[in-house]
Amino acid sequence: MLKDSAKHFCRSISYDDPLEVCISKIQGLLLSDYRMSKRALALLLLQEDKEIVDTVRDKEGERFDKIMGIVQETKTHYLRPLTYIISLRRQKEASRIAKLTVGFPGQQKLSIKEKLSKILMDPIIGGPILLAILYYGLYKFVGNFGAGVLVDFLEDKVFIARLNPLVTSLINKAIPYKLLQDLLVGEYGIITLGVRYAFAIILPIVTTFFFAFAIVEDTGYLPRLAMLVDQLFKKIGLSGRAVIPLVLGFGCDTMATMVTRTLPTKRERIIATLLLALAIPCSAQMGVILGLLSDNGIGLGVWLGVIIAVFILVGLLASKIMPGELPSFYMEIPPLRIPQVSNVVRKTASRLSWYFKEVFPLFIFASVIIWIGQITGVFSLVVKILQYPIRWIGLPDKAAVAFLFGFFRRDYGAAGLYDLKKAGLLSGNQLVVACITLTLFLPCIAQLLMNIKERGLRLGIAMSLFILFFSFTVGYSVNLVLTLFNIRL
Amino acid sequence: MLSEHAEEILEALWIQIEEQGKKPMDVGAFRDDPAIEELIKLGFIRRDDAHIHLLEAGRLHALACVRRHRLAERLLTDLLDIRENVMDTVSCKFEHLLHEGLEDKVCIILGHPKTCPHGKKIPPGKCCLEKRDKKLLKIISSLTDLETKEKGQIAYLETKNASQMQKLISIGAIPGVPIVLVQKFPSYVFKIGHSQFAIDKELASSIYVRLTK
Repeated sequence: MLKDSAKHFCRSISYDDPLEVCISKIQGLLLSDYRMSKRALALLLLQEDKEIVDTVRDKEGERFDKIMGIVQETKTHYLRPLTYIISLRRQKEASRIAKLTVGFPGQQKLSIKEKLSKILMDPIIGGPILLAILYYGLYKFVGNFGAGVLVDFLEDKVFIARLNPLVTSLINKAIPYKLLQDLLVGEYGIITLGVRYAFAIILPIVTTFFFAFAIVEDTGYLPRLAMLVDQLFKKIGLSGRAVIPLVLGFGCDTMATMVTRTLPTKRERIIATLLLALAIPCSAQMGVILGLLSDNGIGLGVWLGVIIAVFILVGLLASKIMPGELPSFYMEIPPLRIPQVSNVVRKTASRLSWYFKEVFPLFIFASVIIWIGQITGVFSLVVKILQYPIRWIGLPDKAAVAFLFGFFRRDYGAAGLYDLKKAGLLSGNQLVVACITLTLFLPCIAQLLMNIKERGLRLGIAMSLFILFFSFTVGYSVNLVLTLFNIRL
Repeated sequence: MLSEHAEEILEALWIQIEEQGKKPMDVGAFRDDPAIEELIKLGFIRRDDAHIHLLEAGRLHALACVRRHRLAERLLTDLLDIRENVMDTVSCKFEHLLHEGLEDKVCIILGHPKTCPHGKKIPPGKCCLEKRDKKLLKIISSLTDLETKEKGQIAYLETKNASQMQKLISIGAIPGVPIVLVQKFPSYVFKIGHSQFAIDKELASSIYVRLTK
C-alpha cells in the first residue's frame, strides 16, 4: 500500500563530493547532442558502459581522451569499482524513498502458493513434475491434439480436399506456362506446398505449443525449472536459463533458435543452437517418429537412448572446446500465479504473428529452392550422392529421397520413411538407425537459414557440415553395433 | 618477537615480489635500518649489494603478516564500521595485535573472507581450509556457508570479478539489503525484500552476509 507521503520524489540523487566534481567536469566536455541528460551520460561513462563509451568516442573526437582521463582519475578516489559506489548510493536513496512511501501489511502465514513453490523447487519431486508437464502439455496436447487432430483436419479436409484443387485449377487457367504453374501449384509449389505447410501443419502445431507454453510460462514454473537444472546444464556449457529455448525446441527448433537470443553470452548461444539443431526433435518430427516406432518399444528406447547420449556427449565436448566466459546463472523466481486466459491468448497471438513474420518467408523460399532444384536436375544429383552415405548406414537407396526431403521439411523425411516401412522395405534395425540419423541430420531448411541468420554465415555452415558428418557417423556406429552383436530390434 | 617495523618491511617485500611480481627491493632507503639486520639474523631475508631478497622462512612469515593486516582491515570495516579514509592508520596498528590463533578466530567470525576491502587477496589460513567452525560464533559468512532460513544483511560483495558483481547489483543484491537464504540445493535461492532469486554457487560465494538472529 502506498503512503500519503509519496509526493514529490522527482529529483536527482546527489553523490559524494569527488564523484559530483567529476560528473560536472565530464558534463562540461560533452558538447554533442545525445538526446539524453548529460548527467546520466556522465554517470554511464564513469561506470564504463561499453555502448556509451563507444558512442562518445565517435561523437566527441579529441575530447574523448580527456573525458576518459577524468574517469580514470575518479577511480583513484575510490577503493571499489565505481559501479558499486554508484549502485550503493542509488540503493540507499531507493530504500529511503520506499521507507517514506510504502508500508507492508503484517506477515502472513506460509500460503498455499509458497508451499507449492517449495515443492516445485524440490530437487526430488521436481523431476516427476517435469515429466508430467511434458507428458500432458507436450505429448498429449501438442502431439496428439495439435499435430494429430488439428493437422489431419486442416491438411486433409481443408487443403488437400478443397483449397489445393481450387487454387490449382484457377492458376492453371490463369497462367499457361508449365514452369510457373509448377512453381506456384506443382507438387512442391509455393501455394500447394509452402503455404499449405505453413498453415495446415505448422500453424496448428505451433499454436497449440505456444498456447501450452504460455500457460506454463505464466504460472512462473520456468524459472523454477531453470533453477533445478542449472548444475546439470553447467556441465554442457549452458546455464539454467537455457532451459527455455531448449524446451521451446520441442515445439519448433527454428523458433527456439531465434529465442537463443535471450542467452547472455555468445558461447551459450552457440552451444544451444548446436544442440537444438542436432539433438532436439521438433514437434512435427517427433510426432512422426513416435508413430514409426510405436509398435517397437525396444526400438523406441534405443532411439531415445542414443539421442539423449548424443545430447549429453556433444554438450560435454562443446563446453570443453568452446572458448569464452563460463556461464553464470542468476534469475528472479517470481511468485506462482494462476495464468489469465486473456494474457495467454494475447501472448500466443503475438508470438504467432512474430513467428509467421520471421518463418513464413523461409517456407516460401524453400518451395522456390525445391522448384529450382527440380528443373535444374540438382535434386536427382543430390539424391544420387546421398545414396552412398545411406548405404554405409545400412539403409536401402530409396531412403535417400526421404533424407533429402527431411531437409526441406523435417517431418516430411520421417513421413517418407513411413512409406518405406509400409512397403515392407525396412527391418526393425534399419528403422531405428534411420530414425536416429534423421533426427540428428541437418535441421530443416528453415532452421538452417535461421542458424545462418542468428549465428552468421561461417558458423551456420560449419555447424551444418558438422551435423551432416556426425549424424551419419552415429547412424553408422549404431548399425555396426547392432550387426556385430547380432541384435534384432 | 619481531618488531612492528620489521613486520612491515617483510609485508612490503612480499607484496612487491610475490604479489606484484616485481624485482627484489632496492636497498636504498633501508641501508642503515636496524630492522634489516634483525630480519637477516632470523634468516628471513638476504641482502646483496643493491637488493633485498625474501627467503623461504621470511616468505611464510610475511604471508602471515599480510593475512593479519588484511583481516584486520576487514574486521574494522565490516564489524566496527571504521571509515575507509582512517582505516589505514588504525589497521596498521591493529594487525600487530592479531597473533596466531587469534587471527583464525577473527577469520571465522568474518566468514573466511577472500579479499580485503581494497580487493586484494587475503592468503588463506588453516581455518579456511578446514572450515570446522560450524559451532563457533559466526558473524559474517558467505552465502554458501549459511544454512537455509538463516538471515542477515548483505555486508559486502566480493568485488574481484567485475562482471559477476554487475550481475549481483542488477538483481539488487547490494550491501545493506536484508537477505534470507531459502534453499541451497540444487541452486541457491534467496529472498531480498519481497523478491526471490536463484543464483549459482559461484555467484553465491561472492555475497557476504552479516547474520542477524
